[in-house]
Amino acid sequence: MLRRTFLGLLGAAGASVALPTSAKAGGKSFGPHPDTQAVLFDATRCIGCRKCELACNEVNQLPAPDKKFDDLTVLDTKRRTDEKTYTVVNKFQGKTSPVFVKKQCNHCLEPACASACFVKAFKKEPNGAVSYDASVCVGCRYCMVACPFEIPAYEYDEPLTPRVMKCTLCAPRLAEGKLPGCVERCPKEALTFGPRDEIIKIARARIAAYPDRYVDHVYGEREMGGTSWMYISGEPFSEIGMREDLGTASAPELTAGALAAVPIVVGMWPVLLGGIYAVSKRKDKIANDERVAAVKDALTRAGEEAEKKLHEQLSKAEVANQRRIEVEVKKAVEEALAPKEEEAETGEEES
Amino acid sequence: MSVDTIAAEKKSLFTPFNIIAGVILIAGLIVTVMRFTGGLGAVTNLDQNNPWGIWIGFDLMCGVALAAGGYTTSAACYVFGLKKFHAGVRPAILTAFLGYALVVFALGYDVGRPWRLPYPLFVQQGTTSLLFEVGLCVMLYLTVLFIEFTPALFEWLGMKKIRNTVVKLTLALTIFGVVLSTLHQSSLGALFTIAPSKLHPLWYSQYLPVFFFVSSICAGMSMVIFEGTLSHKPMHHLMDEEYLNNHDGLILGFGKAASLVLFGYFSIKVIGLAYDNNWHYLTTGYGAWYLVEMLGCVALPSFLYAIGVRDRNITVIKWAAGLTVLGIIVNRFNISMVAFNYHLPSAERYFPSWGEITISLFVVTIGVVVFRFISTRMPIFYEHPDYKGEH
Repeated sequence: MLRRTFLGLLGAAGASVALPTSAKAGGKSFGPHPDTQAVLFDATRCIGCRKCELACNEVNQLPAPDKKFDDLTVLDTKRRTDEKTYTVVNKFQGKTSPVFVKKQCNHCLEPACASACFVKAFKKEPNGAVSYDASVCVGCRYCMVACPFEIPAYEYDEPLTPRVMKCTLCAPRLAEGKLPGCVERCPKEALTFGPRDEIIKIARARIAAYPDRYVDHVYGEREMGGTSWMYISGEPFSEIGMREDLGTASAPELTAGALAAVPIVVGMWPVLLGGIYAVSKRKDKIANDERVAAVKDALTRAGEEAEKKLHEQLSKAEVANQRRIEVEVKKAVEEALAPKEEEAETGEEES
Repeated sequence: MSVDTIAAEKKSLFTPFNIIAGVILIAGLIVTVMRFTGGLGAVTNLDQNNPWGIWIGFDLMCGVALAAGGYTTSAACYVFGLKKFHAGVRPAILTAFLGYALVVFALGYDVGRPWRLPYPLFVQQGTTSLLFEVGLCVMLYLTVLFIEFTPALFEWLGMKKIRNTVVKLTLALTIFGVVLSTLHQSSLGALFTIAPSKLHPLWYSQYLPVFFFVSSICAGMSMVIFEGTLSHKPMHHLMDEEYLNNHDGLILGFGKAASLVLFGYFSIKVIGLAYDNNWHYLTTGYGAWYLVEMLGCVALPSFLYAIGVRDRNITVIKWAAGLTVLGIIVNRFNISMVAFNYHLPSAERYFPSWGEITISLFVVTIGVVVFRFISTRMPIFYEHPDYKGEH
């Protein structure tokens, strides 16, 4: 290989390491992308006209609602997004006047739905939108469990082809260079679209310009790791239906510990279980060997003892036999000698 | 044995068991048609805020936990070398295999497009999802359980050679099974770690995976005892001497272990409570319910098991097993339904519909019927005469 080619390759490798995509911690994070877009919702500007809802319904070609969009009595009941509605405006009672809050997918920087999806149906796109691909969706609804903002909705009445439905940030319109439908239609400029860092600056500037009008907090700047849809308000967020207890940890961070344990269990358990098996096997073997040895020992000892006893018995028997023989011999001798003596005695008597 | 089965076959088909099972199966088929023509909305009470009901909370969560008897029994026998559990391995493996098969079957009702269930493995892998891990492990473990079950099948079919080959794999399969069980049992708990804002703090913990794994051991051992009690009467004529002689020993052994593991589980739950400093919730309504679960369904059975083992009282142990099984169901229900969405007003909370309950009963009934079918035909509760004494 030519030295120059080699160096070139080395340089290419170095460049690819430096690319932000490869810095994505082993595919565990989803964003944020450098040019991510965002929307700012200013609750002090919203008048609850529901024009954004109408625009959303039109540009996304969603089914017509039961009550028309100019019917503002709808605002009296609390609503959430559903399979036919990507965005809703809810009314809350503020300190002096009613406050309206628009709700839709917040397009998180590290989306809980994308982290939870086991077919990667959700993606954080470079333009900031969290997209959904119905062509792989299994319909497990774990995204709905995971979403802290309660946004994804499911087509419960579809028997065989249910999809998860949610705001797309009008990604197709963004691609054409247009604004999201709701942003374009808002008559009060309550919605502002732009690059996320610019949007945060605008929000901060408004709060700084009118510190009495706003709560000093940009909701979504850091909540759940940050979102692409942010909010400023004159009322505390918890009083206008937005949770302030979500924390700043993103969804992937919440499950990172459990996921990290997986490879360790795969690596450790066979070693541990194999070890336990080996120990129990060895214990069995030792116990067995000991038993065999003990039996053998007992047997040899019993054998030896038996032999000893036999020997003793034998020698005893021999002695006894000897004695008996001696006695018998003596007896026989005596018996044999007896007639002679008698004869002698009688002979003596006779003679 | 054969005389008994012939006698049983001659009896009328309309036994109480068959009638009840038949009614449930017919009702289940009707709801099945409704589900696949009208969608989930037609038969369930699920809604946009409550995406998971009893088909996940009971069929999946409880089904998997209660099928843990398979890995606990085979690990006790083959890894820890406790030979007295040998007679209990086959019934436990069969129960686990059927349990997991039915979990997958029940998922077919719950997920939107069941034929796409292999997608996460073969089309696009969402490796950041704990559900991916659950899916992967359940699929692999179902395969392992099937292979572990096949010796009984091959003995029944008289296929000696392949049966002997599979038996040689026992240790490897057992260890693989324990690894997979550890992973998916714990991952079922870890599923909820992504939603701290929705699950009540008394049940939410970063230790959820550990809690689920440890409690699955209790569930597995208790289920083996509990189910042994259930099948003892109807299957008695099939049980061989080894099974019957070891039955009390198995119950005492598992009773002792369950008492200790439940005690350990109670301890780590308290540690979890202390770690997140959630003591103040104990005085709330949810706190009372938490205490019922912890004292009534964890501490009490642990104590009952201990008494039962000390007095060698099988009846007390069986009651403790039943209580533990109930406790596991209570715990899984709490995490997936009762304490989930605790922040929502009661009108937006979930309660199962009749359609959902019917399908859950349907799935359990299929399990019982198939278990009976297999265990009355294959060498489950007895050793096949050709392979007697081979361990």
